[in-house]
Amino acid sequence: MSASYNMMEMMICAAARILQDGKTVAVGTGAPCAAAMLAQKTHAPNLVIAFEAGGLAPRLRKMPISVGDSRTFFQANCAAGMAEMMTTCARGMVDYAFLGGAQIDKYGNLNSTSVGDYNKPKVRFPGSGGANDFASLCWRTMIMTMHNRSRFVEKVEFLTSPGYLDGAGAREEAGLPPNTGPYKIITDLAILGFDPESKAMRVESVHPGVTLETVRENTGFELLEAPEITQTSPPQTDALEVLRREVDPEGYIIKRA
Amino acid sequence: MSAKEAVERFIPDGSYLAIGGFGANRIPTAVLHEILRARRKDMAFLGHTSTHDFQLLCAGHCLDRVDAAYIVGLEARGLSANARRVVQSGEVELCEWTNHALSVRLSAAAAGLSYGLVRSMLGTDTFARSAAKVVTCPFTGKKYAALPALWPDVSVIHVHEADIFGNARIKGISIADLELARASKRLIITAERLVDNLAIRQDPDRTAIPYYLVDAVVHTPFGSYPGNMPYEYFSDEDHLREWLTAEKDPEEFARFLDKYIYQVADFNEYLQLCGGLDRLRELREMECLAD
Repeated sequence: MSASYNMMEMMICAAARILQDGKTVAVGTGAPCAAAMLAQKTHAPNLVIAFEAGGLAPRLRKMPISVGDSRTFFQANCAAGMAEMMTTCARGMVDYAFLGGAQIDKYGNLNSTSVGDYNKPKVRFPGSGGANDFASLCWRTMIMTMHNRSRFVEKVEFLTSPGYLDGAGAREEAGLPPNTGPYKIITDLAILGFDPESKAMRVESVHPGVTLETVRENTGFELLEAPEITQTSPPQTDALEVLRREVDPEGYIIKRA
Repeated sequence: MSAKEAVERFIPDGSYLAIGGFGANRIPTAVLHEILRARRKDMAFLGHTSTHDFQLLCAGHCLDRVDAAYIVGLEARGLSANARRVVQSGEVELCEWTNHALSVRLSAAAAGLSYGLVRSMLGTDTFARSAAKVVTCPFTGKKYAALPALWPDVSVIHVHEADIFGNARIKGISIADLELARASKRLIITAERLVDNLAIRQDPDRTAIPYYLVDAVVHTPFGSYPGNMPYEYFSDEDHLREWLTAEKDPEEFARFLDKYIYQVADFNEYLQLCGGLDRLRELREMECLAD
């Protein structure tokens, strides 16, 4: 059964489904945190949620506003420090990381630093925070972002967090841990992945009511296609209920759509 | 010692300053306000996820160079219009890092080493715009990013409890404060509560920062306001929103700063202006999730 839903709810539910029980996920605030909370409250009760400032495996009763606020370690298994969380990632103990950014390119590189001349930028964004560390060190990076041509660009203006850099083998060549990298991109139009050979972005499923043509029109580079392009499953009624009642009852995130 | 005295004695113009906590959590707001009132200039700043602290220092135009991992934003709350104006104007010289990189730079300094290593940053513009270098492991041949150790001139860390000698306790996540305390040349502790030295001695495993690292202790109840203090009070989101709104118009923002900082005698007066004990009691209930 599926019910009516908005695009933010669609993205959060689709992202939550990818997270498997028993895995570990590093998240920031906002939609990624909502997706992790939803997964934990539905199909993945043993999903371990980690925050870069030191909170590990909290019971997320309320949505955190900051990745270091006290809710990120409410009834947690461990309230540690930033070095502990990041070296845990560096040891290869974190399965997924969830990131966003102002720009993304066809190799999944993210810009969250600036647009225009670096020394006198047209627009300055916050910068990496811990995002570069997560994208470098976690096994699979997942990205949630709105889908349009100003975000999906041929080449990011500042490479804040590494995707596959300039293609297959480039991460390893640079010295990043082997076999890590971007995994899925969840947008308001589609779910995208990466071609196993070239590491370039490809469409894997399009959301109900969206055509492949629309996805292409909203992407600023040539998109590859997965061998079979499916339709993304719409949110299930029970997942939507949990999302609206338990994860984000104030509508901080789901009402942004 | 008062916050004003601590700033006068330990934070001169041109200092390299670092602030404990993370975002608007466990930040030493009282000292930051004093830095603005003292009209400090030409300072350098260590900005791991720095939100309200960076917003304040930009409001006072105190900075001219920043080691940045996360600046100009307030996480889920949005971006600071004024901090963006300051950064986009070129007023502040930036060097890029990541949060992990900055904590490793501090760990190296704390260990008496001249550099530390990370496996992140490689291959990115974050690396290219930093002062990191690629090094090769002499044993395995692996590539790492080598990061210069960082010794801040002065740091300010807000804690739950401290005695008058500076032995300090932190509840909840320590973020990078253990490393920061050990890397800094001077350290100011602001504390929610003062405790007797005997209490420290009866529970010595809870001392996160020992006295010999500390130069000043400032007793500052509600000292992280409008930030969040774990197990004590939640952040005042209404007041932080007032900041973000006022910042959109520079003239309006100047009046706002006069009202809340420049025309205010001390931190207690600021707390009164923001709703005093009634508001703090509400924030305490929010923190305890007592709804």
